Amino acid sequence: MIQVLFSLFALLAVIGALAMVLNVRNTIAAALSLVVTMISLGGIFVLLEAHLVAVIQIMVYAGAIVVVFLFVVMLLNLRRDVFGPSGQRLTKALGAVAGVWLVYRLLVLLEGRLPATQPLPDGFGGYRDVGMALFTDFLLPFEVTSLLLLAAIVGAIVLAKRRLD
Amino acid sequence: MDLAHQAVLLSGVLFAIGTVGALVRRNIIVILMSIELMLNAVNLAFVAFSRIWAHVDGQIFVLMVIVVAAAEVAVGLGIVIALFRNRESINVEDASLLKW
Amino acid sequence: MDLEVLLKTLFIILVVVGAFAPVITWVERKQSAVMQDRIGANRADIAGITVLGLFHPLADVIKLLSKEDVVPEGAHRGMHLVAPLVAAIPAIIAFAVIPYGSSYRFGEDTLSLVVADIDWGLLYVFAIGSIATYGTVMAGWASNNNWSLLGALRASAQMISYEVTMGLSVVGVFMVFQTLRLTDMAHAQDTTFRLLGFLEWGGLVESLPAWLDWIRIPKWGIVLQPLGFIMFLTASMAENKRPPFDNPEAESELVAGYFTEYSGMRFGLFYMSEFIEVVVIGGLVTAIFLGGWAIPFVSQEAFIGGLGGVLGEGFATLLCMVAHVVSFFAKVVVMIYVQMLLRWTLPRFRYDQVMDLCWKILLPLSLANILVTGLVLLLVEGGAA
Repeated sequence: MIQVLFSLFALLAVIGALAMVLNVRNTIAAALSLVVTMISLGGIFVLLEAHLVAVIQIMVYAGAIVVVFLFVVMLLNLRRDVFGPSGQRLTKALGAVAGVWLVYRLLVLLEGRLPATQPLPDGFGGYRDVGMALFTDFLLPFEVTSLLLLAAIVGAIVLAKRRLD
Repeated sequence: MDLAHQAVLLSGVLFAIGTVGALVRRNIIVILMSIELMLNAVNLAFVAFSRIWAHVDGQIFVLMVIVVAAAEVAVGLGIVIALFRNRESINVEDASLLKW
Repeated sequence: MDLEVLLKTLFIILVVVGAFAPVITWVERKQSAVMQDRIGANRADIAGITVLGLFHPLADVIKLLSKEDVVPEGAHRGMHLVAPLVAAIPAIIAFAVIPYGSSYRFGEDTLSLVVADIDWGLLYVFAIGSIATYGTVMAGWASNNNWSLLGALRASAQMISYEVTMGLSVVGVFMVFQTLRLTDMAHAQDTTFRLLGFLEWGGLVESLPAWLDWIRIPKWGIVLQPLGFIMFLTASMAENKRPPFDNPEAESELVAGYFTEYSGMRFGLFYMSEFIEVVVIGGLVTAIFLGGWAIPFVSQEAFIGGLGGVLGEGFATLLCMVAHVVSFFAKVVVMIYVQMLLRWTLPRFRYDQVMDLCWKILLPLSLANILVTGLVLLLVEGGAA
C-alpha cells in the first residue's frame, strides 16, 4: 500500500516537474504544475514519517511561495510567453544531455552505498520531536533565519518599489 | 527496494529536471521556479536521509531550506518586477547587459 | 476501505454539503431580509406549500443545473472547467479532522466520531486551506477577463496574508492545551475551572472559601484565549472572502470578481464552496474555542455515570453520544448565525484597509497574544487548571 502510494506520488512529482520545465506557452500552467510536484512531495514526506515537514511543505511552498509566483505573473499580466520557445536547439540538447548525465552519475555514485534504514523511535517527525530539536540544538540557526527574512523583506521592497523617498 | 532509497533517487531526478529547466528556459519566472524545484529536491533528499538514519536533524535543515527559499522568492520576484519595469520583458536575454 | 470511516465520511458530507450548505443559502436571504426590513424569499412552493420559502435552495439547484455552462472565448478551457472543483474540494475535506463527538465505549468496541484523528489535525486544516487559494486564482486567470484577473490578484494576496494571522492567532490555544490534535483539544475543554481560582496563584489570597469552588466556568478556548478567538474568527472570515472582506468579488467594483465568467452549476460550486467554508469555520471555531461537542457543566463521565445507573451503561452512552452531536451542531449553528450577522452588518472594507487590518493590527496583536500567553503559562506552571 505504502509502496503504491509512493510510486503514485513519485510519478506525479516527476510529471509535474517535467510539465513545468517543458511548458513554454503558459507561465501560469507551469506554476500550477509545480504545485502538483510540491503537493506530491508533501505526500512523500508523510510516507517518510516527516509529518510536520510535510504540512509545512504544503503550507509554505504550495500555499504561499507558488501563490506569490502566480501573483507576479498576474500582476505583470503575462498572457503568454511573449518570446516563445528558445530557438537555440544546441542549448536545449546540451541541457537534456546534462540532465541525463546528472541522473546517471547519481546512480553510479549511490549504487550499493546507501546505508540500511534504521528503525524509528516513537513520535519521530511529529511537531514535538522537530520542535524540541529546533528550539534547543538549533536555536541559533533558527534565530539567524529571522535576520535573513528581515533582509529579504527589506530587499524585496527596495527592489520592487517604484521610487524610494 | 527501500522506500527512503527510492526517495533519494527521486530527489536526484527532480534535481536534474530543475537544473535543466534553469539552464534551458529563458523565462525568468520559470527559471526561478526551476530553482525552487531544485531546492525541493534537496529537501526530499534531506527527509530521506533523516528517515534512513532515523534522526530528526535532516528535517530541521528542510525547515531552514524553506526559509531560504521564501527569502529567495521574495527578492527574486522583486528583481523580476524591477526588470519588467525597465525592459518590458521577462526574457533573461533582454537583461544580458551589465549596464544600460 | 473501512466501513466505519466510510459511514462517518458519508455522515459529514450529508450533513455539511447536503443539509447545512443549502439551508444556509436560504438563511442568508432570510437574514438579509430581516435586517433590511423585507420579507425575503418566500415564493417557491410545492403544491401551494411554501414553508417560509425553504424550497428556494431546491429551486436554485434546479435552475443552476439546467442553465447553460458557458466557457468564454479566449479562456483557458481546461483550467476554467477545473477551477470550481479546486475551490470546492478543499472546503469539504477540511472537515475530516473536526471531531463532532467524543469517543464512546460500547462494550468491547470504541467509536470515536471523527473521520481522521491525526496528531497534527489543526495543521492539516491550515494546509488544506492554503490549497483553496488555487481555485480562485485559476478561475480568475482562466476566464480571460480583466475583472476576473483583478479579483484573482486581490484574492491571492488577501488569502496568503490572512493565512499567516490565522495560524498565529491559534498558537496561543496550542500553548494552553499543549496539543494540535483536535479531539484532544475538545476533550481538554470538557471540564470546568474555578472562576476566581487565579487569586490563589498570585498569592493574593491564602485559600478561597469552599463555597466559591461552586462558581465555575467551562474551560473553553474562548475563556482562555478570548483575543485569539476574535482574531481567528476575523482571519478565517477574511480567508473565506465573504463580506466585509469580499474584495476579490466586490460586485460594485469588479462585477463578480474571479467568477464573473462562470455560469450554471460551476458558478453554483463557487457559491456552495463559500457556504461550506462557513460551516467549516463554524465547526473549527466550535472545536477549538467553544468546547467542541462538550455540554457545558456536564462532562462525559458525569453524563454517563449519572444516567448509567438508571438506564444502563449502553443506553446512557448512546444518549450521551446523541447529546454531544446535537450540542456540537448547535454551537456550529450559533457560529454560522454570528457570521451571517457580521456579513449583513458590516460594509465592505477598502482593499488597503483589508491589508492594514491583517499586517498592522492582527499580526502584532497575535504575536503579543503569544507572548502574554507564554508569560502567563510560565507564571502559573502547568496551565489554568
